[in-house]
Amino acid sequence: MSSSSSCGREPAKSPADHHERNPGLAFDPSLFDRIRVNRSAVERRAGTIAARRTVKKANQAAWLLRAVSCIDLTTLAGDDTPGKVKRLCLKARRPVRDDLLDALGVRDLGLTTAAVCVYHNHIETAVSALEGSGIPVAAVSTGFPAGQIPLALKLAQVKESVQAGAAEIDIVISRQHVLTGNWKALYDEVAAYRKACGKAHLKTILATGELGTLSNVAHASWVCMMAGADFIKTSTGKEQVNATLPVSLVMVRAIRDYLDLTGHLVGYKPAGGIGKAKEALVYMILMKEELDDRWLRPALFRFGASSLLGDIERQLEHHVTGRYSARHRHAVA
Amino acid sequence: MEVRDLFESMEYGKAPESKDRAREWLDQRGGVLDHYIGGKWVTPACGEYFPTRNPATGDILASVADGTDEDIGHAVAAAADALEGWVAIGGQGRARYLYAIARHIQKNARLFSVLESMDNGKPIRESRDVDIPLVVRHFYHHAGWAQVMREQMPAFRPIGVVGQIIPWNFPLLMLAWKVAPALAMGNTVVLKPAEFTPATAVLFAEMCAEVGLPRGVFNVVLGDHKAGQALVNHAGVGKIAFTGSTEVGRIIRKATAGTGKKLTLELGGKSPYIVFDDCDVDSAVEGMVDAIWFNQGQVCCAGSRLLVQESIAERFYDKVRRRMERLIVGDSMDKGIDIGALVDAEQLDRVTRLVDSGLQEGGELWQPECELPTGGCFYPPTLITDVAPASQLWQEEIFGPVMVSGTFRTPVEAVELANNSRYGLAASIWTENINLALDIAPRLKAGSVWINGANQFDAAAGFGGYRESGFGREGGIEGLYEYVKPFWESRLSKDPVQQLPRFVPAEEIDPHEAPAIDRTPKLYIGGKQCRPDGGYSNAAYDARGHVIAEVPAGNRKDIRNAVEAARAAEGWSAATAHGRAQVLFYIAENLAARADEFVKRIVSLSGKDAAAARAEFELCLARTWHYASMADKFEGRVHETPYRNVTLAMNEPLGVIGIVAPEEAGLLGFISTVMPAIAMGNRVVVVPSGHYALLATDFYQVLDTSDLPGGVVNIVTGDAEVLAETLARHLDVEGLWYWGTRAGSRMVETEAAASMKRTWVNYGLFHDWEDPEQGQGDQFLRRAVEVKNIWIPYGV
Repeated sequence: MSSSSSCGREPAKSPADHHERNPGLAFDPSLFDRIRVNRSAVERRAGTIAARRTVKKANQAAWLLRAVSCIDLTTLAGDDTPGKVKRLCLKARRPVRDDLLDALGVRDLGLTTAAVCVYHNHIETAVSALEGSGIPVAAVSTGFPAGQIPLALKLAQVKESVQAGAAEIDIVISRQHVLTGNWKALYDEVAAYRKACGKAHLKTILATGELGTLSNVAHASWVCMMAGADFIKTSTGKEQVNATLPVSLVMVRAIRDYLDLTGHLVGYKPAGGIGKAKEALVYMILMKEELDDRWLRPALFRFGASSLLGDIERQLEHHVTGRYSARHRHAVA
Repeated sequence: MEVRDLFESMEYGKAPESKDRAREWLDQRGGVLDHYIGGKWVTPACGEYFPTRNPATGDILASVADGTDEDIGHAVAAAADALEGWVAIGGQGRARYLYAIARHIQKNARLFSVLESMDNGKPIRESRDVDIPLVVRHFYHHAGWAQVMREQMPAFRPIGVVGQIIPWNFPLLMLAWKVAPALAMGNTVVLKPAEFTPATAVLFAEMCAEVGLPRGVFNVVLGDHKAGQALVNHAGVGKIAFTGSTEVGRIIRKATAGTGKKLTLELGGKSPYIVFDDCDVDSAVEGMVDAIWFNQGQVCCAGSRLLVQESIAERFYDKVRRRMERLIVGDSMDKGIDIGALVDAEQLDRVTRLVDSGLQEGGELWQPECELPTGGCFYPPTLITDVAPASQLWQEEIFGPVMVSGTFRTPVEAVELANNSRYGLAASIWTENINLALDIAPRLKAGSVWINGANQFDAAAGFGGYRESGFGREGGIEGLYEYVKPFWESRLSKDPVQQLPRFVPAEEIDPHEAPAIDRTPKLYIGGKQCRPDGGYSNAAYDARGHVIAEVPAGNRKDIRNAVEAARAAEGWSAATAHGRAQVLFYIAENLAARADEFVKRIVSLSGKDAAAARAEFELCLARTWHYASMADKFEGRVHETPYRNVTLAMNEPLGVIGIVAPEEAGLLGFISTVMPAIAMGNRVVVVPSGHYALLATDFYQVLDTSDLPGGVVNIVTGDAEVLAETLARHLDVEGLWYWGTRAGSRMVETEAAASMKRTWVNYGLFHDWEDPEQGQGDQFLRRAVEVKNIWIPYGV
């Protein structure tokens, strides 16, 4: 493992650098311990998100391009190799076919995905493959996905990843702190990660599928934001249940309240299981409705996804040609 | 705009639903909507048509037949002709038709949705996702009820021809709520849709024709209030079901008074939306969108009075205002809007006027800076805070997207403010504390209570009002009873079954009998014996015509006092059913202990022989035992609504019931009417039989020794007709049961309209009080309760 990026140049920064980072707050459970979440009501609202708003035609094409720009294009598998990671990086640079971009009149936007997300061992490969693209590398960390390793190792891993050139660190929280109600321990842990990150941006993965209740999701969101998270993220993609709309609603409402209280912007990243263009649009509508348009840009919004891009490409081709597209017509990662 | 620009602006853009198929359908009809009578399309007898418009654009959609008496006459005749056959095909036969109707609507769901939105102005999303699916569900559910009617409701038969008048806010859904149960139970129907929104009723009639529904089973007469009035007044109609304003409901109550027409009224509301500080605040904010910005607020059960706990009020309002800023008011046919057009320019004027004049009494108005489309009937979402209960905005139904709000300090105050209304249709309670929610729900005067929700409906749950929001239920098994009659009702007699003794009153006390110790019967009010306000008494005669006592001549003020005592005895309504049962058993026990005394009195007053008097007494005892037994067994239900929730249908006492007991039936009439009422937790003001008044005044001594709290049973002797009128006119009496003359029945139903009290009158017919069906049973209990549906969603 090398301790510095292979080339002498600075790796790309996180797009979240555009706004002031969330500095966090001192631990104060009174800010969140009275929050209650009613699952039925949340599900009802989540159910109407897609029914109340829709985007069609040119608007839809624009929204899908925007979705591409918010993707953390991800590979997190045991069989990842440098070759696989390089292919992914190239796809991140050129996510949509040029002829489609031309037809849509957006070639000059220089559309890329928001980031490439890999395990620590592939940071350097990715940084070098993305050189000059402006695309940052995100690394999952802290014993991802289960987080069942000693804290010292977790902190060491964060630091190593930053040194290796990762501009964004996706950490997993210790679910046990949530499940045992040890909010202070969770706060301390996340605050330590934030410190270890230095300039790199911190995304905290709550693994909501393992937190038991929506109230726990809300409380954990608050603790992570208080401890200085730049993004709060639903899932590793490895839990039995990953990103869902109800969970997202709870988390983005926490972001909204945190903003009201502190004036600090925290980003949102749903991850795992979002594979369809249509679903991506629903998530974006959720962001626009419950937060605002600032959360439709990579600085504050990401999709953690691997297969989503392929479906978006097919929808874009359909928009351009009026014909339903085929998977093999678009480059794989 | 170019994709490039949209990539920056990230606007939603427009998403119009196509109107083509609906236009095609209207064109096929030549732009004309006619009556559907006896399976045929019929032009109006008067030859006149009026236009119906799309309120979002002002465009004329079609010309609508203007129905009159003559059209109604034809339609009722057609329905009457179809009745026998419709009953004869049986439950299974009717179930098949209802099932086919459900299927057919489902297959044409989009056409119905589009047409509904064009005619009414509601967002296409709502007609597509709410109205039409609920319509389909209603027909499926009631197809099932038709199938199982004989097993589930063996004691009941159809009423006959039913007249139904529906409003414009949910045109097809209100049609379904009325038509499905009516047809399921074997009635035939004449429907009068609202003049603003006739289109989907015509399309529905077309579907009925297509599924081969026998001619005349379902008829539509279009038109305005003229047609409605003709339907209400038609002698061939056995029942009127009306949904609409309280004002019109009152007119219909009076118009049908004394006719024997069964009536359900689903009227206005000003439903409270109660937000406690321990709720899921963001969800409570979102719930308001479902409560008051659903269907432009043109919902009778809209949560239109926001009550927020003072400790969170400012924060809550702030969140509400921000939510309101996101609401999109737009063309009803756009799939991406929240609020469409009000139904008509007239309605827009009304809402505007009410808000403008209401604001002069105070309140702070807030409306988001949203763009309103031009050319249609649009009104922005509105929040008015700091509205006091004394103001018009708090009291009057606005029927638009306007929420008024105030604050409360404690749960008790929340209940008081919530119930401070003449209406009582629905309520929402927001709290995460089930302990609090389940304490508040039964205390609210509302037919539907939604915990952590708003405006939830289903075919399996009853819907309907308390107080001036009307009476009767739609949906659930409770709704079916509105479309049937018990078989025994047809057996009621034109002449008294139990006979009063015939005698010529003697002026003097029988000189041959030595005077007994003078016992003074009194009124029994609030658990105390008291003298009548007027200071007069009437002679009480025995069966031979001899005066045996003086009975107080109660007057208006005695009734007033008795009602006040009954009102104050609310602890009885809140007591456990077991506790009430114990008291009733104790009454029976103490009555039994005085058997000889009562038998003697019956002999003296009725002229029956001792054995017959003993038999009557035993029946009284048995009946008391029956209602003591039923006190904790006439239970509510858990309805099977298709959501993750428990929908509790609770039987609640009406409150204060006036009872004018049958003159001819003595102690048996008294026991048969009073016991079921108090068993269910009501407090009663009884006007006992005049001739048998001494049995009632003897009876209060039994009550006095039976732990019955004072005020639960109040007895006012005197002229039954005069006292009945005072009770009927009293605004603090929830129910009135009257067994008397035909004219008296008419008076009761007429006067009851003022406060929409629930009445049960005999139209001058006579029960056989010894008959186990006519004198006792669930029918009495059902009349003694109001069904409240409490929706309790759950999920961690």
